[in-house]
This record gives sequence, structure tokens and C-alpha cells, in this order.
Amino acid sequence: MAEILKNGQVHSDNWQVLHLEADTDPAAQTVAPGQWLVPFNVWVAQRDAFKTRAGEIGVWLSATDDLNAVAAEFAAWPLVAIDFPKFTDGRGYSIAWRLRNHHKYTGELRAIGNVLVDQLFFMLRVGFDTLALDPKVSTEIALKHLTPFPDTYQGSTDNPEPLFRQVDRVLGGARS
Amino acid sequence: MYRYDDYDRALVKARVDQFRDQTARWQAGELGDEEFRPLRLQNGLYMQRHAPMLRIAVPYAMISAAQLRVLAAIAREEDKGYAHFTTRHNLQYNWIPMARVPEVLARLAEVEMHAIQTSGNCIRNVTSDQFSGIAPDEVVDTRPLAEIIRQWSTFHPEFAFLPRKFKIAVHGAERDRAVVQVHDIGLHLYRDDKGEVLARVWVGGGLGRTPILGEIIHEGLPWRHLLSYMEAIIRVYNLEGRRDNPYKARIKILVKALGIEEFRRKVDAEWASLKDGPATITDAELARVSAYFTAPAYAQLPDTDADYEARLASDKAFARWVQQNVHAHRVPGYRAVTLSLKAKGQAPGDITDTQMDAVADLADAYSFGELRSSHEQNLVLSDVELRKLPELFDKAKALKLASSTVGLLTDIICCPGGDFCDLANAKSIPIAKAIMERFDDLDYLHDIGELDLNISGCMNACGHHHVGHIGVLGVDKNDEEWYQVTIGGRQGNDTRLGKVIGPSFAAADMPDVVTKLLETYVSLREPEERFVETVVRVGLDPFKLSVYGESARDRANKKKEAENG
Ligand code: HEM
Ligand code: SF4
Repeated sequence: MAEILKNGQVHSDNWQVLHLEADTDPAAQTVAPGQWLVPFNVWVAQRDAFKTRAGEIGVWLSATDDLNAVAAEFAAWPLVAIDFPKFTDGRGYSIAWRLRNHHKYTGELRAIGNVLVDQLFFMLRVGFDTLALDPKVSTEIALKHLTPFPDTYQGSTDNPEPLFRQVDRVLGGARS
Repeated sequence: MYRYDDYDRALVKARVDQFRDQTARWQAGELGDEEFRPLRLQNGLYMQRHAPMLRIAVPYAMISAAQLRVLAAIAREEDKGYAHFTTRHNLQYNWIPMARVPEVLARLAEVEMHAIQTSGNCIRNVTSDQFSGIAPDEVVDTRPLAEIIRQWSTFHPEFAFLPRKFKIAVHGAERDRAVVQVHDIGLHLYRDDKGEVLARVWVGGGLGRTPILGEIIHEGLPWRHLLSYMEAIIRVYNLEGRRDNPYKARIKILVKALGIEEFRRKVDAEWASLKDGPATITDAELARVSAYFTAPAYAQLPDTDADYEARLASDKAFARWVQQNVHAHRVPGYRAVTLSLKAKGQAPGDITDTQMDAVADLADAYSFGELRSSHEQNLVLSDVELRKLPELFDKAKALKLASSTVGLLTDIICCPGGDFCDLANAKSIPIAKAIMERFDDLDYLHDIGELDLNISGCMNACGHHHVGHIGVLGVDKNDEEWYQVTIGGRQGNDTRLGKVIGPSFAAADMPDVVTKLLETYVSLREPEERFVETVVRVGLDPFKLSVYGESARDRANKKKEAENG
């Protein structure tokens, strides 16, 4: 059982992430019983077989997956995850933004991979709602670092309004 | 200039607290070096040759006397009594111990300064024209929109981990003084016939190892769409820019690979759903920010003064300074004054703590307490009364800030190079100093006239060598420091990259090489022709010949023969 962060709290959760084994045909990849996040290509290859496992098979996306193809399939998935192969690879932020805003995905969106403490705020802003921390990160420390900033200058998925539309910023002045 | 309100203040303070906490976690071993690295870079902190280097943002060149005093105090108390102005308006310290950085940032926050996003693979400090708001050729004051861009880019959640750094420059005058074409995004603000502010948007410029000039991606973008349009550009870049090789990761490489047409198509497709959305800048927001940049309380003054004219007529040194270092102003009776940070023996852009304090006093006494830092690594007092110029000259001279060389050969742009920088192939400051030493005859310098000499210690091009009329690049050959020379580069409306003249030189030869280039120019120039114009007219060959002698001609002939044969 793994722990994830959701709504500022720790939740336990049974989802596991499946990586395609080297030199394996996505159609031939075995998916053990239980709740699995599978790569998009595995899902495409085995979608019919997965129909019998409703609620058990979610999909994780990498930066190379075609979002237009993905978007057509949302309805069948209980969970979508985006992988951060390395925390410095920022593509996941824009992928998440596009899923939420262009493709109007409204279900659970989870950050997986090299998910570290100091990026969580950004992840929550662009549209992730659950965070599967990198195993080396302390959940306790992570929880303390979800909102390092009191306000946001620019809009994003969490609040599309930039600060100048949110509040009346009087000249030289005080918070309104 | 812009002043923080409670929101800005709270955000910058939160950033200081965040960085203090990150530093503590790094010290406690909770954050590894590799994980801490981008966090410190996004707070301007590099690890360098001798010590950490801390880069402080000077947004679009604006700095107040009060801020400069704090920068001086930090130089004195936390560093070794000096700091360095860069080619991107910013200020760098070289010797502040890592553990002290959070305290330094806290102190800066009190005067509304920060080091946010001055490094790292994110949107960097926005640069602009050092004469914004005062230049007679200005069409649009860039500062309000530059501040709006600063706020939008600060802690942008989607763009903190781009493939590579991202630099935005804005200019709004007839003459481009911000080199917008060598930036990831360059904006030229102008007005249509109804007075509406529009932007010409350039994309994919950059220097470094693969210098490329930007291309126009959009013409006539109304100002209110600037943020949404840039969001579209940067999203496409974030998703599609290369991440496999840092040397190929800038947006310029993506734009070249796709071609500007295809890149534009992608950006337009992305922009379609953003246009007119919440990121659209409102009239109220532009008005709010513009209110911080209203003109100071200028006096009604004649555009002449008897004492000033008398001094001009009688004192050649003063007249020279006025000619080179004093600039036109849109308000009669006022001038802008460049305080040169290029005194002989000084590393270009360096300034001591006592000089900073003194400059702050000058700004208070003569320029409404405000000044600018220029990308040529000088300081500018923006609003000086013409009649005060004589006394300002005397004071600046006593401070060694009145070298009458602005725009001339020895107004060298120079990166820190091998003396400070880990990436350097060669030292750059000693080359600058040697050239300043050789060419210290003001009569000669004035005769040579306008000439940009730019030096970088490696192909990263922090010293803008590609756009120098004469560019000097440090190269490494078998662990020895050599210097490659380009000529014909230029900045401004007709920005061009210089061309290499031939094999590189040893450090000791550099003053001679410059001498020969200048001799060639003097012998070939037509009346009123600047060095770079002569290069354009006559080509590289006469210059090569003078520098390399007959061997150059032989090589050229051999090449011709080979081509003919
Ligand atoms: C000492 C620490 C510094 C380091 C490690 C450093 C590093 C770099 C690197 C790696 C590049 C190439 C970027 C690329 O091509 O993608 C670059 C470019 C640049 N840097 Fe620096 N730099 C330093 C200091 C400076 C200073 C002191 C200045 C100003 C004097 C400066 C201004 C610039 C500019 C203007 C460019 C070229 C424009 C462009 O980004 O294409 N840097 N720097
Ligand atoms: S040009 Fe090279 S040597 Fe000079 S500061 Fe930049 S990285 Fe360092």
C-alpha cells in the first residue's frame, strides 16, 4: 500500500505503476491482478481485455503520448497519471495543463515519478489533484510545503484569473 | 519606478522564507546537491570557481538610490567590497558564503529587490532599454508592460522547468537599444495610427554556442494579448524543445528545426483558445502599473544654460564627456548621463561599495533618486538638469566614473571570464584591461569614434561578442588560452553577427591585433564612416591582411586557385 497526497492530507492507496518491460510488445505485457496504472500504449493494445477489469486499470502518460488520442479515451479510465521521469523535466506541467484546459479532463490526475517537495505547489496549480511522492521524500515534510506562496500573479488551472483580476490592487497599497 | 504593494511584498518575503528553508534542508542533507541545484539557481545562486556567485535582479534596468545603498552595504559587509553589473542589467556578487545568502535575500527584500529567476531554466529577468521613459526617440514606454511581464513570469507554475533558460527583452523606441533579436522572445512595442500599442514579436534569438538572430513570429500583436501569446509560445517550447542535449535546448534550435512557419502554426493553434481569456491584460491593470512610472516633477527649464555653455567652450575634457556620456532627453533642460564603469584598470562593469554609495548620493542630488543599469555595463542617471552637468562632471570624475568613452573602443563589454567563471576557456578581464591600457589616448579614441568591443571568455557569449563591432572570444587550445576575433557584428535595428577573421591569438597579441584593425580602418574610412560601416563596405580581407600579413593573402590566393582549379 502506498501513500499519496490529496487535498492536503495523506491517503493510502492501492494503485501501482506498471512500466513496460524492456523489449516487450505492449500487447504481450502481463498486468497482474490489482489496480494498475499502465502506459498508454499498453492500454491501447489491450483495451478490450481491460474491459473486464473496470475500475482497475488507469493510464499513465509520458511526454511522447499523443494527447489528442488520449483525450478520446478518458471516459474509460478511473485515473490518469503523468510521469515526471526527472523533476527537472517540466513537460509534465504543460501536459497536465493541456489535459485540464484543452481536453477538459475532470477526473483524478496524479503526478508520479520523480515527484519531490519543492515542485508540489506548481503541480497543484497546473491541475494535478493527487501526488504520488518519490519514495525518498518524507510525506511529513511534503505536507508542510504545499503552499509556499500566499498569492499567485498568473492564472493556471487552479485559478485561471491572474492576480489583477482577483483583487483590486490599489496604488502603493494595502491588500483589499 | 514600480513600488511593491502588499501582494508583491508578501510574495517576495515568502520566497525568502522558502529559500531559507530549502537551504536548511540542503544543509541537513534532506535535499541532495542535485535537487538543490535548480532551486538555488532560480534564486540566482551559482557555484563558481572560488565561491558562490549571487545574481540580483534589476528588472528592466530600474534601480533606486535606496536600493543601491543596500547593494553597497551588502558588498561591504558580506562580500569583498565590490560587485559587478552584467549585460542583463543585473548585479552579481562573487564572494558571499552560501549560508549567508538567505540573510542577504531578506535584506534585499526590504528594499523591494530579489534574485528570483535570475538563473535556471525558467523565464529570466526581463531586459529593456536603459533610456525607457526619457529617450526622445521613444514611442512606447516599455516599463509598465515589462513590469506586468515580470509579475506574470514570477513563479509561473508551468514554466519553472523549461528545457533551458528563457530571456525576454522589450524595446519601444525607434532605435533598438535592448538587442531584442538575440533573445528567446524579443518585443518591439510601437503604435498604430490610432495610437494603440502593438508588438512586433521576435522569437528564437540567442547567442551562446549557436548564435541565431530571432525571426518575426507575429506582427501587430495588441498589447493586451502579450501574456496569452507568450504563454502559447512558451507552452509549445516547453513541450517540444529538446531536452536531450543542453546545447540544443534553447528555443532557437526548436524554431530552426521546425521552421518559423510551422512553429507559428503551432503557436497560433495553442493561442486560439487563450486569446481573449483571463490572461488578457486589462485597461485597469495597465493603468495601475503605468501610474508608478509617471514623470518625476520636472522643472520648467530652458534647453540651455550660460555656465554650462561657458564650461563647454573652455574645458575640452568636459566637452568630451558631454559628447560621449550625456544623452538627449525628451524634456527640455534635462539630459541623461552615463556614469562609466570602464575606468582604466577596472574590470568592466565592476563597482566598489563606496562608489555605489556615492552614485546613490548623485542620484538623490541630481536625478530624483533613480538610476538605470545599461546592458553595456554602465550606470545611467536618467533625469539630470542641463545646468547641473558641470558640477556632476566634477563629482563623477572624482569618483572615477567619468571616463569619457561611452560608445567608444574602451567602453568594453566583458564577461567575468576565467578569473571567476567555471565555464571559461580563457580569462577575459585581463584582455579588456590590456586594451584599455593600450588605448588610453582620448584624442585617438574620439578620432576612432563609435566602436563596440565585446569580450566573452567562452562560447556561452555572456559578453555578447557576436554582436560587437570587434568581438573577442576566449578559446581553449591544448589547455592554453587563445582568442578568436570577429568583426562586423552589431546590435541595434540592423543586428548582425560578426565574422571570424582567422586563426586565434595569444593574449599578449591582442592589443596589437586591435591596433592593426584600427589602422586598417583609419586608412580606409570615408568621412563620417564608423568602423563597422567600413567593415561592411570593404569586407574582411583588408583587415585580415593587416592582422595576418602576407600569410593571409597567400592563403586567400591558394584558396582561389583551389577553387579555380
Ligand atoms: C559567472 C557565471 C556565469 C555563468 C556560469 C554563465 C553561464 C552562461 C551560459 C551557460 C550561457 C549560454 C547559454 C546558452 O547558450 O544556452 C550564458 C549566456 C549568457 N550569459 Fe552568462 N554566465 C555567467 C555570467 C554572466 C555574466 C556576468 C553576464 C553578463 C555580463 C552574463 C550574461 C549572459 C548573456 C548576455 C548570455 C548570452 C545570451 C544568450 O543567452 O543567448 N552571464 N551564460
Ligand atoms: S562567456 Fe563563458 S567565461 Fe564568460 S561568464 Fe559566460 S560562461 Fe563564463
